[in-house]
Amino acid sequence: MAVIPWKPAGDMTHVTKDTVRVDAVPKVTGKAKYAYDVLPKDALIGLFVTSPYPNCKAVAIDTAAAEALPGVKAVWVDEGKVCRMAGEFVAAVAAETRDIARDAARRVRVEWERYPFVVKADDARQTNSAQVHGSTRPNVNRATDDEAGDVEAAFEAAAAVVDGTYSTQVQTHTSLEPHGMTCRWDDTGENLRVWASTQGVFSVRGELAGALEMPESNVVVTTDYMGGGFGSKFGAGVEGIVCARLARDAKRAVKLLLTREQEQTNSGNRPSSVQHIRAAADADGRVTAFDMEAYGTGGYSAGAGFPAPYIYGVLGDPSGIPNRRIVRDDVRVNAGNARAMRAPGHPQASFGMEATMDELAYALGIDPVELRVLNDPNETRQAQYRDAAERVGWSRRSADPGAGAGPVKTGFGIGGATWGGGGGGTRATVEIHSDGSVVVKCGTQDLGTGTRTVVAVVAAEQLGLAVEDITPLIGDTRFPPSGGSGGSTTCAAVAPAIKVTADTALATLLTRVAAALDTDAENLEAVDRSIRRIDDPSASLSWSDACALLGAEPISETEQHDGSLSSSGTAGVCAVELTVDEETGDVRMQKVVSVQEAGLVIDKLTLESQLIGAVIQGISYALHEDRVMDRILGHQVNANMEFYKISGTMDMPEIEPVVWMTEQSLSRGVIGIGEPPVIPVAAAIGNAVRNAIGARVAGLPITPRRVLEALEREGRAQG
Amino acid sequence: MPKHEPTSDIKREGPEDEERAAGSEDGPPSGMSRRSFIQGVGGTAVATAAMSSSTHAEADAAEGAEGVRVASITLNINGEAHAVSRVEPRTTLLDVLRNRLEYTGAKPVCERASCGACSVLFDGKPVYACSILAMDAEGHEIITVEGLLDGDNLHPVQEAFVEEDALMCGFCTPGFVVSVAALVAENDDPTLDEVKKALSGNLCRCGTYTRVFAAAQTAARRVREGA
Repeated sequence: MAVIPWKPAGDMTHVTKDTVRVDAVPKVTGKAKYAYDVLPKDALIGLFVTSPYPNCKAVAIDTAAAEALPGVKAVWVDEGKVCRMAGEFVAAVAAETRDIARDAARRVRVEWERYPFVVKADDARQTNSAQVHGSTRPNVNRATDDEAGDVEAAFEAAAAVVDGTYSTQVQTHTSLEPHGMTCRWDDTGENLRVWASTQGVFSVRGELAGALEMPESNVVVTTDYMGGGFGSKFGAGVEGIVCARLARDAKRAVKLLLTREQEQTNSGNRPSSVQHIRAAADADGRVTAFDMEAYGTGGYSAGAGFPAPYIYGVLGDPSGIPNRRIVRDDVRVNAGNARAMRAPGHPQASFGMEATMDELAYALGIDPVELRVLNDPNETRQAQYRDAAERVGWSRRSADPGAGAGPVKTGFGIGGATWGGGGGGTRATVEIHSDGSVVVKCGTQDLGTGTRTVVAVVAAEQLGLAVEDITPLIGDTRFPPSGGSGGSTTCAAVAPAIKVTADTALATLLTRVAAALDTDAENLEAVDRSIRRIDDPSASLSWSDACALLGAEPISETEQHDGSLSSSGTAGVCAVELTVDEETGDVRMQKVVSVQEAGLVIDKLTLESQLIGAVIQGISYALHEDRVMDRILGHQVNANMEFYKISGTMDMPEIEPVVWMTEQSLSRGVIGIGEPPVIPVAAAIGNAVRNAIGARVAGLPITPRRVLEALEREGRAQG
Repeated sequence: MPKHEPTSDIKREGPEDEERAAGSEDGPPSGMSRRSFIQGVGGTAVATAAMSSSTHAEADAAEGAEGVRVASITLNINGEAHAVSRVEPRTTLLDVLRNRLEYTGAKPVCERASCGACSVLFDGKPVYACSILAMDAEGHEIITVEGLLDGDNLHPVQEAFVEEDALMCGFCTPGFVVSVAALVAENDDPTLDEVKKALSGNLCRCGTYTRVFAAAQTAARRVREGA
């Protein structure tokens, strides 16, 4: 049947409204079972042995002493493994308890061959640096070298030129639930059951089946609940494959989740960046040229790319800044590899670009909001800059930074963001049973974003039911396939698939009950838990009476996503107010406004939570987080949660989430927004600090020390 | 939840029992005795050191695994007595709750007393279960997030978390719920600053803090008005 468009937003019962998360109760009562909570009877606990050196080879591995320990049931070794970072997995044990596994891991003897190493990008770029990959690959790889227009001519003709170097740190995902899973083989040894903490049940299944050389159909992966991923949890990983192998060898279930230290070092990060940017503008404030030389590290083999000059026209995009030159290097170091992290590349790009825009605004004497409205080609964002500025109290912003009595200065800053999103590749099944129950199955997974709630809300909307009437079943490879939850594509993939399927199931129901209401299916609609005639609403059947007519033949329909119901490309703006104590360098967030377009909003309540969460992660990135590597030993010194700082309750300002619900945006179809609101937060904070103290803190995180150093450079240090 | 028979008679299985029993008498009122602190922060440090120093590793492993001095203990959890056999001196309360008794609400995250995801009430005070030895928990009243339920009815704090959407992935949520429950039991009209301070020992990565604050104040109001 032809795909029916979404109803107008004004006619919706649940969609666009606030719906309480359908799985909130199990989460607040401790009854929700995460991968880390699944412990089949007689399960063993797995634990890795890791490399103690940042560049080394496990020449020989002796597990005899470990295996001799009572309670040790299986071991795994990767003899000959070359480790390009400290903490690489080279062996593993599975034992009756975690304590015994720990004892056994300590008894694994490894003979190491050690190589020179380098863990900092600035060091790795030097010609005399140790080589991360020996003689096989250089440390530095030119990833981008591109030019559009005539950059030098534009600089010569410019009314203002700014020049700055901005840097961003390595940020680790720090998911609270570590990577890992529980694996159990059946008695035949041919079928594998997996409970994984993952953003992609099907990608985990595929990787496991491939690594274990078995049919995908023999692997079942379940993720009922998972404790955060932020882009780092798509594959089975070494931990998954080793877990399955240990379980097969021991003929017992094995639970293997990374330790906190391993989670911090081995499961991905946002790469660093150092961006030397020159930019030029004409007297009206129109940016005419952008010239960047940049580098960054994504670990020993991952890249460190980001889009530039960000929202003001990236390479290959004819709109935006006309003259652009970008040279960028990936630098390899002996440290953990980058993985996708909430809006990969964008926060780094935003931090350098938005600082550059602000410096141009100061140089030209133009309000930063107006400079952005002038240069940003996106019309939605043009309106959002003004809206966010008004909400944060921009009129109180001093154009004379650092002025005013007392050591505590107030500053305001702003930044914008873009994201693609879109969705597809999702199927769903809707079952309507004769007792009136409705079960919706979809093999997506809920990262905490509210996907399970989205499934129930859309089905309830289309079937004229209440949200609690729907049983949403997700997070299992036995359900119809859906993609991994990444790129902010989940909502835009899942919601349309549920809508199409629910529409089809309803059409079948209407056809089967039409005779009972003396009419055709086309003259029936589902409203308020009833099926009624459109031409005579008084002629109706309750939902349960209608379903009772199905008798022994319940309805089960499976359909798929349709691109007409979703969209991609979204706009957002963040504006902040903060104070800086010029005596201590302490930055206190006061208020953050996050304005975000989201297309057709499915659940406003959980969407706002996404905005709030993104703001908080952005504050954490801007002010607190930093992976610190020890140059001498080559280890991460803060692979834990007391010295790898994430923002806490005392750091919180007032946060105002604003969902951009214009008629035009709502009519665009569903757009996922998990990622974009995190992008401009650090940039807006950097700009607000500049506005407060009149000095630019050009490196993240903006620590008190960096604030004081910036003041000193400007000759404004206190005392 | 499996039912565990209450056991009043504690069967000792190891020679160290007297020492342990003495230790639990002057147990940790704040939930953090010197011994539990050492256990909490020492585990990882020992493991790391042992990796590069094999003699140390040998000695440590021998004492831990082959000395196997275990005891049976009884823990009072959520108002029920639970007998737990073969508990090692190094076994944490969190380990027993999650892996021996199936109370998986408290979560292991940092495993060294910095994140609060394993918070439980210990004689009414919120403590980190990862840093309390199981043996030290004997004789104390332990309430986990599961124990806040009144039959099928949500605790006012749980109810407020649901309404305010004070959670996302939910992994830190049990710890926050427990900390807020402890706060509102003591102060049913907390200011925003008091809420922030009371929850400063709990970390959230999804970024739910401001909604948790709202939930705490909503819950406090309910408790206040209900009283």
